[in-house]
Amino acid sequence: MPTTVRKMLFILSKATIENVYAAFIMANGARMEGIESEIFFTFFGLEAIQKKKLEHLHVATVGNPAMHMPTLLGGLPGMEALATRMMKKEMEKLDMPPIGEFLEILSDSGVKLWGCKLAVDMFHLKKEDLIDDLDGIITVGDFYNRADTDGTQMLFV
Amino acid sequence: MEEVIANKSIKVNEEGYLTDFAQWDKSIGLEIATKKGIEMTDRHWEVVDYLQDKHKKEEALSIRGIKKSGIFNVKEFYGLFPGGPLKVSTMIAGIPKPKSCI
Repeated sequence: MPTTVRKMLFILSKATIENVYAAFIMANGARMEGIESEIFFTFFGLEAIQKKKLEHLHVATVGNPAMHMPTLLGGLPGMEALATRMMKKEMEKLDMPPIGEFLEILSDSGVKLWGCKLAVDMFHLKKEDLIDDLDGIITVGDFYNRADTDGTQMLFV
Repeated sequence: MEEVIANKSIKVNEEGYLTDFAQWDKSIGLEIATKKGIEMTDRHWEVVDYLQDKHKKEEALSIRGIKKSGIFNVKEFYGLFPGGPLKVSTMIAGIPKPKSCI
């Protein structure tokens, strides 16, 4: 049975590698299935579309029970960088692109990329700070309007 | 199961992908494409050649691979095969649907 999902809208509010990749892979996967897809970057999710920050995202080693690491240990200097390096190595093996390249693929695949206006204002960001492929900076209301079609699903990451 | 494509009896799975690549020829690719609403051009056939080449070398297909191919870019690929480019193009090429999530 073909899916009745026509459009996937993702809200990315965090900038840890695991969250960003989850949203990107889901958004890309939707396009690969012929489903429309869009991502709304808000709060810390904005780091994933900031030119200066997007290649420096980390895995969360503290407050992440799935790391199977005592919280104290996860907080040691260099621990996040180490875990991040290890994860990136594993991802490269599976041919998962780095964030910058992934954003290019998403944009070329027709995924719409939106910055949240309120969060952009709050972090005092300018349009130039964000990736050139961004489709615009919009409000929550604008984003809801984009969900106004049958078969649309919205997901908070 | 078997399906008649281009006047030949062809083995396919329940999604319509050929299960025996040896049965593939251009007329079969053409008929599947027509059913999918795609009018094949030289550029489309170039994609098919690329996919079949990868298949023969047993290399996994991914959207990143398309980007790195240097033959077509992602945008063009989506333009050529709307509605799920790897899904549609592999069916036309007579090879299995890619299992990768990327």
